[in-house]
Amino acid sequence: MLSNEQKEFIKKYKKKKRIILLIQLLIIVVFFITWELLSKYNIINSFIFSSPSKVIKTIYKLYLDNNLFKHIWVTIYETLISFSIGLIISLIISILLYLYNGFYKVMDPFLTCLNSLPKVALGPMIIIVAGANIKSIIVMAVLINVIVSTVVITNGFYNTDKIKLKLMASFKANKYQVLKYLVIPSSYKTIISSFKLGISMSLIGVISGEFLVSREGLGYLIIYGTQVFNLDLVISGILLLIVISYILYKLVEYLEKKLLS
Amino acid sequence: MSKILQVIKIGKKYNTINGEIEAIKDISFDINEGEFVAIVGTSGCGKSTLLSIISGLLKQSKGEVKYNIDNPVIGYMLQEDALFEHLKIKDNVLLGLKIQNKLNKETKNFALNLLKKYNLEKFIDKKPSELSGGMKQRVALIRTLAINPDILFLDEPFSALDSSTSLLVSDDVYKMIKESGKTTIMVTHDIASAISMADKVIVLSKSPSVVKNIHEINFENKDIPTINRQNEKFHYYYELIWKDLDDALE
Repeated sequence: MLSNEQKEFIKKYKKKKRIILLIQLLIIVVFFITWELLSKYNIINSFIFSSPSKVIKTIYKLYLDNNLFKHIWVTIYETLISFSIGLIISLIISILLYLYNGFYKVMDPFLTCLNSLPKVALGPMIIIVAGANIKSIIVMAVLINVIVSTVVITNGFYNTDKIKLKLMASFKANKYQVLKYLVIPSSYKTIISSFKLGISMSLIGVISGEFLVSREGLGYLIIYGTQVFNLDLVISGILLLIVISYILYKLVEYLEKKLLS
Repeated sequence: MSKILQVIKIGKKYNTINGEIEAIKDISFDINEGEFVAIVGTSGCGKSTLLSIISGLLKQSKGEVKYNIDNPVIGYMLQEDALFEHLKIKDNVLLGLKIQNKLNKETKNFALNLLKKYNLEKFIDKKPSELSGGMKQRVALIRTLAINPDILFLDEPFSALDSSTSLLVSDDVYKMIKESGKTTIMVTHDIASAISMADKVIVLSKSPSVVKNIHEINFENKDIPTINRQNEKFHYYYELIWKDLDDALE
């Protein structure tokens, strides 16, 4: 049985959440109405900046041509594939970097370099090696994802509680046992948190890859729209991308909550 | 009582890029079987380093630690309970046995019976966060006792607890250790804990440390630590050790 204070607190909490949601929705509505009006009365150039009504028409046309879900699915598919590959690779590298401290010390400056390098600069090389196809997109996305995730997970491993490490030493645990019983389980939160980073990075990689080589996907829609000066298509692609990235992020967040509960 | 280990002229230097740091200069003492020995000293004097060396977790720069048993099994209890949150209490207690490949029906029953004996049976399927600080320290000691060590090492075991919990837990830990009959070495900065629990208190000087003094604690009707603290001789020992530590700082 809840006390009156608790009931009051929950009521206030829910009300506050509703108000925040309402303001957020209002911002979106005001943004689209302002955009539409500015475009309609030629205050902004509607050829360059399009308008919500034109965007809706473009997306509807894509739907009628059976292209809308095809492009969305290609981007999601490539993102999920590169995210999964990136996660497995970064876990393996992080484990090796933890098990072999010397290897970590040698690799540390290279990882920092690679982490700060804009991976899209490697695009042309990747295309030459992997070909102008989906493989290049996946490689690019994996590269972007794997470096960041490896740095995050490895740092998590090396931040394992020193007292617990001492306890494992007192049990005379070997390094594989330390990894299995202590380091990986205690870095569980860090690993799961790296999912969020990984999915965002994978999406960036996929879109960069689609810009360069693809014939399908939201990145392709955006770059194609630019090439043929169809800026309604460009902005439609960008808006669809915002929605997709938000949904993917929320999905991973949900997964994170489920796995950590 | 027979000697279980001898610490002979132990020294420890750390080599860093900025030079050599001498943590322990020259320490010697003997530990008898079944004895409860406390090592006290000021912060940073090298108490924990010494404990790590005696227990074999750290290599000394000079000297020798001589055990009078072959391949002694050591049990370590640390500043914090160090229980693994992803494991249930039961699995935490069995962890050492599992790592040392000693987990069988007999050892498992022994460990679980310890939980039962110390009224923690109903928590075996709980996670550590569901237990109080005092309970967690008891579980930590049971985890250490489960591997049936020849010698117990306690490294500031109550320092993470608040003062009232610390007093209660020290009573529980003391009883558990005495019932197990294990030889115990405890390092602490808390003189009162040392006197109320130990049979012998070794006082270290400031770093690089040497043995400043060794006091045999002889209470008539020795009891649990909270009762020992009320013993008339408690203050006598307290003054003696306080003076040693005071001199050590000069």
